[in-house]
Amino acid sequence: MIETENLTRKFGDLTAVDNLTFKVNQGEIFGFLGPNGAGKTTTVRVLCCLISKTSGSARVADYEIGNKSDAIKIRKLIGFVSDNVGLYESLTAYENLEYYGKLYKCPEPRRKENIERFLKLLGLWERRDAAAGTFSKGMKQKLAIARALIHDPEILFMDEPTANLDPESAKTVREFILSLKKEKKTIFLNTHNLDEAQRVCDRIGILNTKLMALGTPQELEYSVGARKTVIQLDEVNDAILNSLNRIFPGKVTRYDSKLTIELANPNKENPAIVRAIVEAGGKVQTVSITASSLEDAYLKLVKEQQ
Amino acid sequence: MNFGTSFTVAAKELKVISRKKSIIFYIILLPFILSILFSLVVQNQIASSSGIPTTYELGLESLTYFFVVFAAILPGSIAAYSIVGEKVEKSLEPLLATPTSDGEILLGKSIAAFVPPILAIWGGASIFMAATDYLTHKLLSYYYYPNWNSGVMLLLLAPLAAIFSIELTVIASSRVSDVRGANQIGGLMFIPFMGVFLAGVEGIITFSINNLLIISLVVLIADVVLFFLSASTFKREEILTRWK
Repeated sequence: MIETENLTRKFGDLTAVDNLTFKVNQGEIFGFLGPNGAGKTTTVRVLCCLISKTSGSARVADYEIGNKSDAIKIRKLIGFVSDNVGLYESLTAYENLEYYGKLYKCPEPRRKENIERFLKLLGLWERRDAAAGTFSKGMKQKLAIARALIHDPEILFMDEPTANLDPESAKTVREFILSLKKEKKTIFLNTHNLDEAQRVCDRIGILNTKLMALGTPQELEYSVGARKTVIQLDEVNDAILNSLNRIFPGKVTRYDSKLTIELANPNKENPAIVRAIVEAGGKVQTVSITASSLEDAYLKLVKEQQ
Repeated sequence: MNFGTSFTVAAKELKVISRKKSIIFYIILLPFILSILFSLVVQNQIASSSGIPTTYELGLESLTYFFVVFAAILPGSIAAYSIVGEKVEKSLEPLLATPTSDGEILLGKSIAAFVPPILAIWGGASIFMAATDYLTHKLLSYYYYPNWNSGVMLLLLAPLAAIFSIELTVIASSRVSDVRGANQIGGLMFIPFMGVFLAGVEGIITFSINNLLIISLVVLIADVVLFFLSASTFKREEILTRWK
């Protein structure tokens, strides 16, 4: 649905986006995670045909970025939620959506139907005739999302949609994003909220001008380093330690009656570990797996680059 | 270029403008107040003159020309609200992400900035001309208005001056960060037109048909040059990466 190859954007001497190559599949929620100034907004702007690329190539729904005649076709297919809600504050919620519906050439019956549908879905229908300027931040953000969906786009680009929202509003927006997945919409989500990325995204790209890593949240967590199996025993004796060191040489650490073993795939190895302990006369109280978090992965990658 | 899209943009702009009372007062009421004041000036001139005054002595041509000066001031205010206002509200980016061309957006905003002030100026000028005809008919034994001079001023020069004002505001909008700043720059646009007005009052030039056509031609050329400059300023890439 979205594909880039060595996509680069420079502003004078400053490289905002450097050789990005990635692919977003249809119906996928793809997250771009990165610190401020990482190039997330620039990437979205290039993909929405708002600014040009410097080099490389990109395609959105089989249309070429940089091709003038394709730019309008791409903008028809996509919805865009910018990092600023950018509503017309003196216009009502209904008028804001109606204006955009007309700009997207959405036929009147469908436009009216969509306005009602999205305002109801986002809990704004009762306030449809109130000026957008009187809305809270959360309500404005919801209205901005409804505006981006008014023409039923196949692809939705969202730039920091929950930034500056209170936890409750952020949760509502996240749930709404997940509900869009059920409608098979492809969503490109820019965020610097790790928790949000983990909860919502199917795959995540960690960006800091360059694409540092790409994968599912779980893959990124695993990529940071080995995971660990932590076993709490009644007591640890030499027979248990010898047995485990034979199977996992150099990977076993002891803290009193607790053993920690670094493993690539704990789920696969844990039965053998438990069997070895039991055969060596040990009594297992608990077995748990500790893993690096997405935050660990993110911080490690960003730090490494710096 | 889809004119329907431009009219959609213009209709939205007019809806927004209609909800800003200060603009309504400035754009709509000012030409009407001006027409009443000018009519009082004419009445005062008639009352204070000994004998039958000429139309020059009454300053009718200069007073009519002053509506052109207004046409060079008023549209800039709407254009400033329309473009810088969107910049301040940060609503330009989502607008630019829609399948509209830069030209369609610019044309829509220009229509919204052009139509209300020109209609108000024509309305105000009509009141002034009707009042003047009423006041001077007995003295002159004919109706002074309408005449070719006022036709050129109001139907040719005033629209050209309005376009001049809008185009300069578009260019200024890329360099200012608030509506007030745009208005301040827009306020300077009346200087050349005011200069011509003062030259007319002082008798340095006359508002003859020929002179008015020459002035119109100069403004037309300026409009064409400014059109290309404003069109190159109002581009997605420029707006998102270079505008302040």
